[in-house]
Amino acid sequence: MNGETSLASFRTTFRFFTQTPALAIGSSILCLIALVSILGPLISPGATTEQHILERLQAPSFKYPFGTDQYGRDLLSRTLLGGRTSLILGVGAVMLGLILGVPIGLFTGYFRGKADEIVMRFMDILLSFPSLLMALLIITALGASMSHAMLAIGVANCPGISRIVRSATLSVRNEEFVLAAEARGESHLYIMASEIFPNILPPTIIEGTIRIGFAMLIGASLSFLGLGVQPPLADWGLMIRDSREYLFLSPWPLIWSGTALGMTIIGFNLFGDGLRDMIGGGE
Amino acid sequence: MDSTVLEIRNLSVHFGSPRGKVQALREVSLEIGPEETLGIAGESGSGKSTLAYAIMRYLSPNGRITQGEIFFMGENLLGKDRSELRRIWGNRIAMVYQDPKSSLNPSKRIGHQIAEVFQIHQSLSAKEAWDRMLGLLSLVNIPDPVFNAEKYPHQLSGGMQQRVIIAMALACGPGLLIMDEPTTGLDVTTQARIIELIDDLKREVKASILYITHDLSVIAQVSDRVGILYAGELVEIGPVERVFHSPSHPYTIGLLGALPRIELEKQFKPIRGKLPDLTEIPPHCIFFPRCDYGEEVCTHQAPQLLRVEEGHLAKCFRWKEAFVARGGKAHLRPLREVRPPGQPILETDHVKKYYSETNTIAKWLGFPIPEVKAVDDVSFHIGEGEVFALVGESGCGKTTLGRVVTKLLRPTAGKVLFYKRRPRREEIFLADEFRRYVQIVFQHPDSSLNPMKKIAAIIERPLKLQGLSKAERSKATLELLELVKLDSGYLERYPKQLSGGEKQRVAIARAFALNPEFIVLDEPVSALDVSIQASIITLLMELKASRDLSFLFISHDLSLVRHIADRIGVMYLGKLCELGEAEKIFYHPYHPYTRALLSSIPVPDPSISNRSIRLEGSVPSAQDPPKGCRFHTRCPSKMGRICEETPPAFIPVGEDHWVACHIPMGNILANSS
Repeated sequence: MNGETSLASFRTTFRFFTQTPALAIGSSILCLIALVSILGPLISPGATTEQHILERLQAPSFKYPFGTDQYGRDLLSRTLLGGRTSLILGVGAVMLGLILGVPIGLFTGYFRGKADEIVMRFMDILLSFPSLLMALLIITALGASMSHAMLAIGVANCPGISRIVRSATLSVRNEEFVLAAEARGESHLYIMASEIFPNILPPTIIEGTIRIGFAMLIGASLSFLGLGVQPPLADWGLMIRDSREYLFLSPWPLIWSGTALGMTIIGFNLFGDGLRDMIGGGE
Repeated sequence: MDSTVLEIRNLSVHFGSPRGKVQALREVSLEIGPEETLGIAGESGSGKSTLAYAIMRYLSPNGRITQGEIFFMGENLLGKDRSELRRIWGNRIAMVYQDPKSSLNPSKRIGHQIAEVFQIHQSLSAKEAWDRMLGLLSLVNIPDPVFNAEKYPHQLSGGMQQRVIIAMALACGPGLLIMDEPTTGLDVTTQARIIELIDDLKREVKASILYITHDLSVIAQVSDRVGILYAGELVEIGPVERVFHSPSHPYTIGLLGALPRIELEKQFKPIRGKLPDLTEIPPHCIFFPRCDYGEEVCTHQAPQLLRVEEGHLAKCFRWKEAFVARGGKAHLRPLREVRPPGQPILETDHVKKYYSETNTIAKWLGFPIPEVKAVDDVSFHIGEGEVFALVGESGCGKTTLGRVVTKLLRPTAGKVLFYKRRPRREEIFLADEFRRYVQIVFQHPDSSLNPMKKIAAIIERPLKLQGLSKAERSKATLELLELVKLDSGYLERYPKQLSGGEKQRVAIARAFALNPEFIVLDEPVSALDVSIQASIITLLMELKASRDLSFLFISHDLSLVRHIADRIGVMYLGKLCELGEAEKIFYHPYHPYTRALLSSIPVPDPSISNRSIRLEGSVPSAQDPPKGCRFHTRCPSKMGRICEETPPAFIPVGEDHWVACHIPMGNILANSS
């Protein structure tokens, strides 16, 4: 009996993987990267900031499996831990974007009317700036640091998220169960929180997941420009920036950090796309 | 062999699904003779569309024909490859689909779309094709073909679009025409015209027709022979008069009994149970679990089609018993007694509802914003314990009026007054309190329940609003479920696990949870199958009697309204054109629109042929309604200038019977006899 159920559950898992390969690959990549980032200090062979000035820019060897950077720091350790800042930055920025964008989208989509038009025109103005430019603007005003970068990317994400949430809200707004809630005298807050919100959650989550990848990309760009994560912290974007000058002496710092960043972004995108396919197709 | 156009032998179709193989069609055999119309009737899930698609070989990728043969003019269609089939499709077998909008290319003028068929299939020159096209358009009664051929599909009304589709199907003079629900989704007056057209075409174009629909009334009007499909099996087939007058399969008997009929005053009776799961076919009769006449033999053996009489077959061991038990012909019952009118529970006083786009920028810039006059100056009242029906075609404003009455929409002008009855009669005007007493049940079962909530949570919420404790709530929830005849097993389910009828029951339970005194029913059964529809209506009427409620029943289905309404209001383009007691309106309709509407209803009796009063043109836009009487553009008895210039007053023509028409009463009465 037990064997049968585990076999059955194995089958469902197997089917899940074959039917939505994007989701399967995406989630595998993300699991791996999350695992590495969490367990980083335990599995990395050395400290990230320890310099070995005599062993600079080395190619992979037994001592340094990934090689070393221009200060002779172990690239494996730095690559393993560099994901932490990127992930925290990406997830944190999108969270911030959701916290700002979801209520705006929900309110404007629910009440419509004049307030909707005014808020949405304002959002259009924000949306017309490229996200990176927008983030640069905010950081220039506040000063360069990782938390400011997160804030900047979060704010830059807000208009896009609020648009998605608003359109999802609009389509649920006229469903009969919402009218039924109105007809029994529910408060606006209850209708938004309890009737509409659960129904717009799936598209919002999908949107958020895809945006994490892009947020990481902008974060890395900011680090590359020296406006995000500050040295000597290990960060993929920062590693790419540092490796640029020595590219022709040793490509390894660039290869590892670039691959890691690229894989993570692809992972988030695949995961988000797969999620959309699964939820869209399941109905 | 050459006496049949289409012959299907033992056709079975399976669909692959995650739950297993769905056996959508099982061993269906039928034939269609030359110039014969075979009607196939069935409820949703009966496999009727699968049959059409199997003939056309248009099955979706997970569908497979597992056995059987399809012969068209002696050729086996299943043995042909796609290039051979392509020569048959459109040329010799043509299909008319349900939704005209998606069957026409929106970016091409209709004339070109039809002419193209001639150019492709018969290699005619552009000029010849164009001439043939014009001939076709006049064949399907499209006025002014030269002018209308230059129009795009969206510029035509739904009925005209369907005519274009039919013209296209007829283009190459096909031997077989498959029509899949060609009038579903059209208004009743438009439907009547299309049915007339099909009837005329049958004589002019020598084609056989396979007519598929869920609507038995339509089948009775158009077909020569009729087949009844149930759960993928052909359960009865025979000449249309025989099947309708002496149905022999219990399912057919049940279907006809569940059908609301305008010409008979009879109690309709739902079929109990629901459609079986088609992934596991029982070894016994497929209809047995829902059958009233079953006995021992039905539980272990599946019947074959048995001969009832010449050309009339039924798949039932006990068709004789079923036939006898049914008691021959349906009997007329005496008219319902008219309730003495109570005090009004709801009054609307010159209610108007105009919609306009909320385009703030356009408003600032001073552009004119078009207004849609959805409801324009409507006054009526509903008495205590009364069922008031609001009828009209789509776009007449009946749904908007229903929402104004429930205060879901704020009227642009006018007042809605509501009087609560318990504990003592008094007028209510506070919005929140009003909502305790007035509830609404919506049309679409799929959208009226929040898909993210369990049934228990859906029903408990209104109870919580009344401040009941947790224990009281779960007790009351069970009582409400029982009230709508569902058991406690439903509590933990999600809406998508329920069928349409079950969802509608939950929606009713939710409305009743607040103990309302007045309920607006906005087309509560129009999305449901006939057998389910009857059970929901029966339930509603029982609840109304036991709880002493009043209903506002909004519907486009006059046959249904005939069974339950005490008083009726007929709406056209946002205005009431006739209002009065149901019996009076059905027997002595005054307004020309009411009369056209009533005459358009198809009767499920092939011996009654109803040629309807023709309504020309289509419903004008509510953005710019006609001046004077709104109906004058289509009125068959229009009198002249007065109708075009002066809006008619709503005048009494009898006790509690009002009509908005310029025609003097004497003339109307003279015309009607």
